[in-house]
Amino acid sequence: MCLAIPGKVLKIEGQIATVDFGGARREVRLDLLKGVRNGAYVLVHTGYAIQVLDESRAREILSTWEEVALASG
Amino acid sequence: MEIYKKYRDKKLVTQIADAIRELTPNRRVKFVHICGSHEQTITRFGIRSLLPNNLEIFSGPGCPVCCTPATEIDESIELAERGCIVTTFGDMFCVPGTKKSLSDAKTNGADVRIVYGISDAVKAARNNPKREVVHVAIGFETTAPTTAAEVLRGLPENFSLLVCHRLMPPVMQFLLASGETALDGFICPGHVSTIIGSKPYEPLSRRYKVPQVIAGFEPVDVLIAIWILLKQLREGRSEVGIEYTRSVRPEGNVQAQRMMREAFESVDKRWRGFPVIPKSALELRPEFERHDARKRFAIDFSRETSADFVKGCRCGEVLRGLVYPQECPMFDKACTPEHPLGPCAVTAEGACNAAMKPKFDPVLRFKKKGD
Repeated sequence: MCLAIPGKVLKIEGQIATVDFGGARREVRLDLLKGVRNGAYVLVHTGYAIQVLDESRAREILSTWEEVALASG
Repeated sequence: MEIYKKYRDKKLVTQIADAIRELTPNRRVKFVHICGSHEQTITRFGIRSLLPNNLEIFSGPGCPVCCTPATEIDESIELAERGCIVTTFGDMFCVPGTKKSLSDAKTNGADVRIVYGISDAVKAARNNPKREVVHVAIGFETTAPTTAAEVLRGLPENFSLLVCHRLMPPVMQFLLASGETALDGFICPGHVSTIIGSKPYEPLSRRYKVPQVIAGFEPVDVLIAIWILLKQLREGRSEVGIEYTRSVRPEGNVQAQRMMREAFESVDKRWRGFPVIPKSALELRPEFERHDARKRFAIDFSRETSADFVKGCRCGEVLRGLVYPQECPMFDKACTPEHPLGPCAVTAEGACNAAMKPKFDPVLRFKKKGD
């Protein structure tokens, strides 16, 4: 029910963005976010973007884990 | 985003599983997650099979349609039978009310429509100006802001909401306070937390000395979260960690929270499988009450006896994190996804449904060493 799918913002018109979900395109409302930019990856839930995904933080958690694994292994 | 492939990387999964085995204490450890999507990740990828036998992951009240009492479903059916167009998310369609489901009502001729999001429900109201349209607004903090956004943008006059939104921290507090669900840690829901952030969980960690980690939905996410929980246990810490950092900020989505506060106030409500939980649900603020379906149609079944479970069904205990679905005598026998008797068997988010369907994707399941 709380499923949310990441997609790439292709175009923004007012509070509505066209978002690409790996080939499928859909209009998504942006009311719940400020400052969304073209090219950003957003997390979409029931037609609304609920967050802008932060790729650098995604890398960070993996590299933190790798450091831990190295230290303990 | 190439980086996300890493979150399903087999080598990484095996590495973390090994580290988990090393860190698991020599006693029974019980973690509870509160999210239907986490249960799907856990069953789909066979995560439990990677864990030591004394480390158990139970499913809690993480499926909003499973937690909606039969009486609230009865309200939606009543409105459909009075001639309203009733819109709902697909998950809600087949969940049993006291005597029937919205799907049964539709079979009998009621106008019940499945929508992808609330915007489609509002559209249905604009397209049918002579009909009353009622949207069953269900879901936790992830979904409530979408309802709030439509309310604040202005609703058509013929549109109202049967608000069934429920809140996560109060039910977690209930589980901890009841003492019934003896648990060592929470895997907190990733998308609820995307909205509310990590702060609302902190009082629970302080008061009940329970570690919590907000996790994402890939196998590596869930495993790292389990590893962080174990690490906290070993070090005697009880903090709220964030593993799902790509989406969850400590403060959450502040704009969505503000919109929720402007549209709703919190009220005491019963959950299916639970008694009344204080401040655990949402209701429209008085200034929007003409769009509150319960007030508009003078309907309120909350005091009626709610026949939430058929005899023998253990969904209540499943929802409270007390038993695995497999411990129910009807599991995969009398009760199946095709002929569900309990709410947790109906939707893909329900723990029973997920447990009966792991067969569907065997290729994706990771194998334990030596398998």
